[in-house]
Amino acid sequence: MNFRSVAELVELAESEGLSISDVMIQKEMETFDKSRDEVFKQMEENLDIMEKAIQKGLQEEIKSQSGLSGGDAQKIRNYIKESNVLLSGAEVLDAVSRSMSVSEVNAAMGTIVATPTAGACGILPGCVFTAADRLGSDRETMVRALFVSGAIGYCIANNAFISGAAGGCQAEVGSATAMSAAAVVEMAGGTPSQSAEAVAIALKNMLGLVCDPVAGLVEAPCVKRNAMGGAIAMVAADMAMAGVKSVIPTDEVIEAMFRIGRDMPVSLKETALGGLAATQTGRSLERRIFGKSAE
Amino acid sequence: MKYRSVFDIIGPVMIGPSSSHTAGAARIGRAARSLFGRKPKRVTVTFYGSFAKTYRGHGTDIAIIGGILDFDTHDERIVRSLEIARDEGMDVTFIESEEVPDHPNTARIHLEDDAGEIEVVGISIGGGKMEIVELNGFELKLSGNSPALLVTHHDRYGAVAKVASVLADQRINIGYMQVSRKEKGSEALMIIETDQSMNAELLEELTQLPDITGVTAL
Repeated sequence: MNFRSVAELVELAESEGLSISDVMIQKEMETFDKSRDEVFKQMEENLDIMEKAIQKGLQEEIKSQSGLSGGDAQKIRNYIKESNVLLSGAEVLDAVSRSMSVSEVNAAMGTIVATPTAGACGILPGCVFTAADRLGSDRETMVRALFVSGAIGYCIANNAFISGAAGGCQAEVGSATAMSAAAVVEMAGGTPSQSAEAVAIALKNMLGLVCDPVAGLVEAPCVKRNAMGGAIAMVAADMAMAGVKSVIPTDEVIEAMFRIGRDMPVSLKETALGGLAATQTGRSLERRIFGKSAE
Repeated sequence: MKYRSVFDIIGPVMIGPSSSHTAGAARIGRAARSLFGRKPKRVTVTFYGSFAKTYRGHGTDIAIIGGILDFDTHDERIVRSLEIARDEGMDVTFIESEEVPDHPNTARIHLEDDAGEIEVVGISIGGGKMEIVELNGFELKLSGNSPALLVTHHDRYGAVAKVASVLADQRINIGYMQVSRKEKGSEALMIIETDQSMNAELLEELTQLPDITGVTAL
């Protein structure tokens, strides 16, 4: 059971009559000579950590050391409960609120699962727990969703990159968004091909996104990019379930992401030298937090 | 393939906020503690590059001391590590260096007690992965991903062969090996990463070999 690209993954799953999660679980078992139970249990522990992080961010008072982030997940949650009109809909806002919750917990030194990195750790839990609410999914379906996203992340990581320092935010939040969209499609009963379409649709809308964190911290704009990553992933999953197909095949979108990241200037790859980090306010926040400019 | 496991993508479980500046830093601290072999009394951490500029905001200082207290990347005690170190009577000093390092995320850790001292340089290379690149003045490369053995010995013929043959007898395969010395005929260091883990008896057997002056397992 081996694959290097999303096309190979889909082909393998559909020719064997398997789901993407089945393929990823079997590959992990074969590569590391582990039992199905061992592999499944380890992923289930990750799901438990994600759930705790969501709850912590929505129930406790969260504030990062720098003061740049915290409390917005709860604002969205209260707005969902109290507002008469929700402009983008309760499911999308639920995913947004949960994604922000985990991201805020991360910024405040809470426990999270890097998916694929700490900077993008909110999106996958945000989407999986929101979709599970909506679909009435059991625990096994949710754990399987993490394997689906892992399979997609595996293809992206080995053919392009997954860190902001290497390829900009498109590589980090972009990858997490694409991984989450694919996961939600399988939860909703979509085919492996539909998961792959969701990856292409989600990632296309993240292409070119730069990594420009204020003061070099994983907070602004990272928390809000996690929020919007959650929203894009849910909508991309819906589009794929509706039968919308990407004009450019998934692996070519990943390749485009790789080339764009390679061409991106260093100032926009997690160095805090450009973009939002280099704005007047970004610089003054940096001085306030560290006492002097990092430059 | 750079990434082999689904858990490289969905994982690690860690205390935020940054896989490189927090999780990687905690792993460097823990490797230093493990090399020292016991809780130190005095700790001096020198930060270079991006670590020096942003360590407070990322909690790199807290994470590295958490590692020195032997906490894993997901141990919630990391958050209170500076207090815990103080309560345990550990004297901690941080230095911000202006020197330009080879790698942007570099930390030098000096651990000391009445019985001895050790100096370790570690780099955090991204996604929570780290490497130890210097130990007591010896250059080396240690990832912490596999079981590893550090053997100090007299720089004399046969020392490497004796260690390798003890490992072979125990059916332990060497995946990576490096020998480093300060100068010809002086003290030398073997770094051996293995596919299997090693027990206390094996370490004792290695310690008894001629020309071997110290054995540490990681």
